[in-house]
Amino acid sequence: MLENYLPVMVLIGIAFAFAIGSVVMSRLIGQKKPSAVKLAPYECGMPLLSSVQERFSIKFYIVAMLFILFDIEAVFLYPWAIMFKRLGIFGFIEMGVFIVILLVGFIYVWKKGALEWEE
Amino acid sequence: MTPEVLTLSNSPLLFTAAMLAKILVAFTVTILIVAYATWVERKVIGRMQTRMGPTMTGPKGLLQPIADGLKLFFKEDIIPAEAHTFAFILAPMMILAPAFISIAVIPFGGDIQYTYDGVTYLIPLQVTDLNIGILFILAMAGLGVYGIVLAGLASNSKYSLLGGIRSTAQMISYELAAGLSIVAIFMLSESLSLRDIVAAQQGPLWGLEALSFLPNWYVFTQPLAFGLFVISGMAEINRTPFDLPEAETELVSGFCTEYSSMKYALFFMAEYANMVTVSAIGATLFLGGWAGPFYSPINFLIKVFAAMFFMIWIRATFPRFRYDQLMTLGWKILLPLALANIVFTGVAVILWQ
Repeated sequence: MLENYLPVMVLIGIAFAFAIGSVVMSRLIGQKKPSAVKLAPYECGMPLLSSVQERFSIKFYIVAMLFILFDIEAVFLYPWAIMFKRLGIFGFIEMGVFIVILLVGFIYVWKKGALEWEE
Repeated sequence: MTPEVLTLSNSPLLFTAAMLAKILVAFTVTILIVAYATWVERKVIGRMQTRMGPTMTGPKGLLQPIADGLKLFFKEDIIPAEAHTFAFILAPMMILAPAFISIAVIPFGGDIQYTYDGVTYLIPLQVTDLNIGILFILAMAGLGVYGIVLAGLASNSKYSLLGGIRSTAQMISYELAAGLSIVAIFMLSESLSLRDIVAAQQGPLWGLEALSFLPNWYVFTQPLAFGLFVISGMAEINRTPFDLPEAETELVSGFCTEYSSMKYALFFMAEYANMVTVSAIGATLFLGGWAGPFYSPINFLIKVFAAMFFMIWIRATFPRFRYDQLMTLGWKILLPLALANIVFTGVAVILWQ
């Protein structure tokens, strides 16, 4: 375990040190002339019209939900794929049933129009 | 006496030294590739559009990436008054770090032999060989999404928020397609370790001597999976024609609208680092990794550069997708095709046995 994950830890340290270091450096040597207009949110040079706490389309939530469902499917598929040759035809039929059940759900979602973005 | 693979237990000192050396080399080479990918991209796209590209800084504009970096270093670091400061600062780091961490599991060359204290060790040219290598890469790709969400929310600006949300929906949709497209590879390789996957691609195609002119690369046995991976990989890292998060005609600059100075540079570097990572994963999974006629790391770099050149070429060729087309492609075409490919591969393998 340790010998496999130690290099990952070191690399995480180096990557974050690089990121933090470059931001801190630029903070130190960059110029600082803040003004109220400069610190305002970008609005194409116009005065700010409305707050950012705006509503956005429900479709993004649906996409996130579908992602979770199908990602779980992918999680089940990975260990199965590795064992596939050893499980043989039994494993193939088992996973076939699983995929068909998910496919029914996918077709339902499709027919209900959750994947339409036009309207 | 056959040489044994170097581990922490059989030689702690040499293991630590080799580990640090490999990490430093991999990290430095990636940063150099990232810096010069920007130069190559501008040169190549310039030539493709009958322009010169950068010419003024150094011979043939070769010092351009350094000049750009220095310029951004000296720029003012603006944190908007409305922004959530901590999340605003954390976001670019959350995007850059996973992109670099992914290179840890990619084998960039064959084993080298090294004799130390009279014992010969095999040192694999790979920072670490995790047995869950691909899952690790997918996890890091998932972490990158957090950075984009944070950048969109923390900036407290309309364009950032819209860009962040769009980008998140795009990335999770295509993460799914990318994740499912490579499942068929693991049905053939029976391993998630990238070292084993490269080893499984040695020899002639399907192990048949009659096909010895073709290597046993998964691009030949899994052409559909390769196509799906190329498309969803490019969408995953927001390359043209999938660069909707930064569609400047509608969203200014997407989730990095409010960023300036080195924080903006981190987003920029993350984009190119992701490009390197995806090219390296593609080369490892489908193009035989470091196998080839030259010294093994050279083979690997040639494949990575070819994949990166392909992405630049695509950028010079295709216009941007519309958002509904993007989601339709991801959910209605790539996802069913990936599932169909898994079933098809399953049938083929069972019939073959």
